[in-house]
Amino acid sequence: MSDIALTPPVPVTTEPVLIRSLLIGLSLVFVALFLFAPLVTVFVEALRQGWGATVDALRLPDAQAAIRMTLTIAAIAVPINAVFGIAAAWAITKFDFRGKAFLITLIDLPFSVSPVVAGLMLVLLFGANSTLGGWLIANGMPIVFAFPGIVLATLFVTFPFVARELIPVMIEQGRAEEEAALTLGASGWRTFFTVTLPNIRWALLYGVLLCNARAMGEFGAVAVVSGKIRGETATMPTMVEMFYNEYLSVAAFTLAAVLAMLALLTLLLKSLLEWRHADLLAATRRH
Amino acid sequence: MNIEIEELAKEFGTTRALHPVSLSIPSGALVALLGPSGSGKTTLLRILGGLEFPTSGRVLFGGQDATGLSVQERRAGFVFQSYALFKHMTVFENIAYGLRARKRHERPAEAEIGRRVNKLLDLIQLPDIGTRYPNQLSGGQRQRVALARALAIEPRMLLLDEPFGALDAKVRKELRQGLREIHDRTGLTTVFVTHDQEEAMELADLVVVMSMGRIEQVGKPAEIRAKPATDFVRSFTAA
Ligand SMILES: Nc1ncnc2c1ncn2[C@@H]1O[C@H](COP(=O)(O)OP(=O)(O)O)[C@@H](O)[C@H]1O
Ligand SMILES: [Mg+2]
Repeated sequence: MSDIALTPPVPVTTEPVLIRSLLIGLSLVFVALFLFAPLVTVFVEALRQGWGATVDALRLPDAQAAIRMTLTIAAIAVPINAVFGIAAAWAITKFDFRGKAFLITLIDLPFSVSPVVAGLMLVLLFGANSTLGGWLIANGMPIVFAFPGIVLATLFVTFPFVARELIPVMIEQGRAEEEAALTLGASGWRTFFTVTLPNIRWALLYGVLLCNARAMGEFGAVAVVSGKIRGETATMPTMVEMFYNEYLSVAAFTLAAVLAMLALLTLLLKSLLEWRHADLLAATRRH
Repeated sequence: MNIEIEELAKEFGTTRALHPVSLSIPSGALVALLGPSGSGKTTLLRILGGLEFPTSGRVLFGGQDATGLSVQERRAGFVFQSYALFKHMTVFENIAYGLRARKRHERPAEAEIGRRVNKLLDLIQLPDIGTRYPNQLSGGQRQRVALARALAIEPRMLLLDEPFGALDAKVRKELRQGLREIHDRTGLTTVFVTHDQEEAMELADLVVVMSMGRIEQVGKPAEIRAKPATDFVRSFTAA
């Protein structure tokens, strides 16, 4: 280890300086143009008429209801999909069974189906015109144009994130450590909590953060199933659209800025955790 | 504790990993399962440890039927081929794992756990590495930690899958001696898997030569050298 650190830094790549600077410059321009500029615009637009107008926009009951709705949806959908994602990844990587390939394809389905189509499927399945939907409405449990529908739509579109992060990590780690725990007398649960979970925690964290970002940001599927009823089923993204269509530009961008800040907060949280646990992160990398 | 293997067979789908095999392992013996890759050694060892269940046949530990015992109930100290140390735990926590996993009323107090772990670290002659992580150890050190971790549960037997496979020649020789000493000191019935005939002959009291899911010959190293039972044994053990 230490003797490696003592050797002078030798450049690993042999590309000429020109090409290197060109590539770096190009990436920076791209990042600035397509990631940073839009983000800045959102905040600039939100503050265009001064802080007062921005704060007033945040006080709008519709805006507050949308924020509450989005946070509630994420608080429900993310834990559920974390658990299901772990279960799916576990089943796929630790057991051999028939239909495994099919299950893997199925997990990816929400990625390949357009969110709008996903929303429509839920409307067809649970809407007033279907038998199931009619029965549910008659019994006072409407799904479509109501809270449960938004949860279902969000669960559907965010399902792959956790499982997709976990599967490669769990395949790479194999079963040996878990088997070792079992031979040492640990129960299945104990093995899961003391061996499996610590080994996948970083992948799980990434999966959960991605899942959370999408859960808060989902527009298409939610727009279809929620009916976008102000103050009732409108989420932050759908409310942003409605404000914008009504030329309430400050309100729209203020809400968009809150959404962006929630996303930045998740990124910050991730970086903070990585920084705090850098030593452990290094130790748990493969030997 | 003596181990009896009676007509044990194992199939994976259409692959026959073990044809019915039978074997008696006397209490306290140091036994080598010797054979080329794919001969069924690991499968047999994993069935003994309860990590795999046989398609048919029985396993008896100390005269008692153990075929249906779960992996936890077997209390077999298992050393895995690539050691399978817990990467996110220190060496100390790795060795203490089995003690901490015990039911509350059987679990030793914290001070007692510390005492036992330190004793095991002395036994493997690595007294000062308790606070390190597995990725800060050499291959030979990892192997010895895996051995200590397996011994910590006060196992009824010791099962090792290619314990020297991942090591260079010099370390391999040292650790062979180390395993012999630990075996002699603990008196545990020990079964280890190897594809290296020299290793099996030098280290084991009893060598079980396997090929294609069958046991070709069982005997003391000298017997197998002097009287190979089949052509396969003759060619495989020719040094
Ligand atoms: N989990 C498994 N699934 C399918 N086949 C297996 C499995 N484990 C072992 N086998 C097969 O069983 C045979 C014996 O394997 P193994 O016991 O690992 O041999 P060895 O340890 O002697 O190299 C091989 O043909 C191997 O491919
Ligand atoms: Mg093997």
